[in-house]
Amino acid sequence: MDLVQYLPQLCQGLLVSLQLTVISVVFGYAVGLLLALGVSSRLSWLKWPALVIVEVGRGIPSLVVLYVVYYGLPSVGLLFDNFAAAAIGLTFTVAAYSSEMLRAGIQSVHRGQKEAAMALGLPQPSTFTRIILPQGLRSSIPALMGLAIQSFQGTSLAYSISVSELMSNAYQSSSITFQYLQIYAITGLVFAVIAVPSTWTSVWVEHRLAKGFA
Amino acid sequence: MTLLVTVSSFGIGAIVGIPLMLGLRSNYPPIRAVFRVIVDLIRGVPTIVWLFLLYFGVTFGHLRLSSLSAAIAGLGIVSSAYLAEIYRGGFATLARGQIEASHALGLGRTTTFIRVLAPQALRTSLPSITTFLLALLKDSSIASTIGVTEMVFSATTFSRQNPGTAGLMPFFIAAGVYVVVSVPLAVVARRLDSRLRRNH
Repeated sequence: MDLVQYLPQLCQGLLVSLQLTVISVVFGYAVGLLLALGVSSRLSWLKWPALVIVEVGRGIPSLVVLYVVYYGLPSVGLLFDNFAAAAIGLTFTVAAYSSEMLRAGIQSVHRGQKEAAMALGLPQPSTFTRIILPQGLRSSIPALMGLAIQSFQGTSLAYSISVSELMSNAYQSSSITFQYLQIYAITGLVFAVIAVPSTWTSVWVEHRLAKGFA
Repeated sequence: MTLLVTVSSFGIGAIVGIPLMLGLRSNYPPIRAVFRVIVDLIRGVPTIVWLFLLYFGVTFGHLRLSSLSAAIAGLGIVSSAYLAEIYRGGFATLARGQIEASHALGLGRTTTFIRVLAPQALRTSLPSITTFLLALLKDSSIASTIGVTEMVFSATTFSRQNPGTAGLMPFFIAAGVYVVVSVPLAVVARRLDSRLRRNH
């Protein structure tokens, strides 16, 4: 068995990894935004639960989150197949991390913006959605792009709950062929080929955005 | 075991990160490009792939790395790349005037670097370093996948022996321990940071 034979398998795994990335990033950022709003809320019954979720999500390794969702929750009656479990676990982690980035972005918007909007007589909801939020989101874009790249790499952890993504397909191929070094080196390269150019893109975007602010 | 893996790989990273950082800051573009590729490549590959590569892939004749040493080496490699980048970030924020001022004072290059630049760079990169240390603490859980008997490994073993609701407990305990270790560390880091800022 050589390269030609296990490459298709790796590519199939890569597709699953990319699916997991897209799901966890899209839902994670949406939930993250809600959590960010919750944490910066003035209502304490909203603030504290959100804060606890965020700190717990950031404090626990995502491997443990995956184990809890996949092995743990069935014992309280919630059973997921491994792909769903991975998607839920990764979304939770991404949501917790992104909420802090979004919060930092929203907080970085200058106070004057809010005051100016008030002086113009804009009502509070539209001040937030039309003035504060767009600027806040814009300044958190670089951090969020970095997180997206990290969560792509993080999907490799789904291997441990036997989702057939890139890493576990690599493991299967290598346990058949015993060419561990070769297969893992290629797997690593596949990850790097996607992650490294994405990092460069995010650095480029960061520079562009920084220029826009000046 | 979790702490042993974290501390030793952080130690490796902190030391190996220095030459990598020097390479990234080299005045010769070819050297800089080579180091840039090395660091980006290391950071582009997920930690779990590094561990598998070292544990299953690297053989010396019939010898294989033990799971513990593979874990420490793997996390050490990853940390050195990340820390190199963090160190570089610290140096990048220094004003050029610092170098010029030490030249004007007649300080040598080495003295300038060690006594003038390094302390300031360390100060600015300290928050990132502590954030990284916390991330590493959590990443050490990945070592369980190659059979290092750290916290998550023990939790998995226990829950396999005790199916049912009891099986859920060890994960919550492990999760709790991570939170208990990482939150005070984060608090200390934040306090240290604000103190250094005040002196600035």
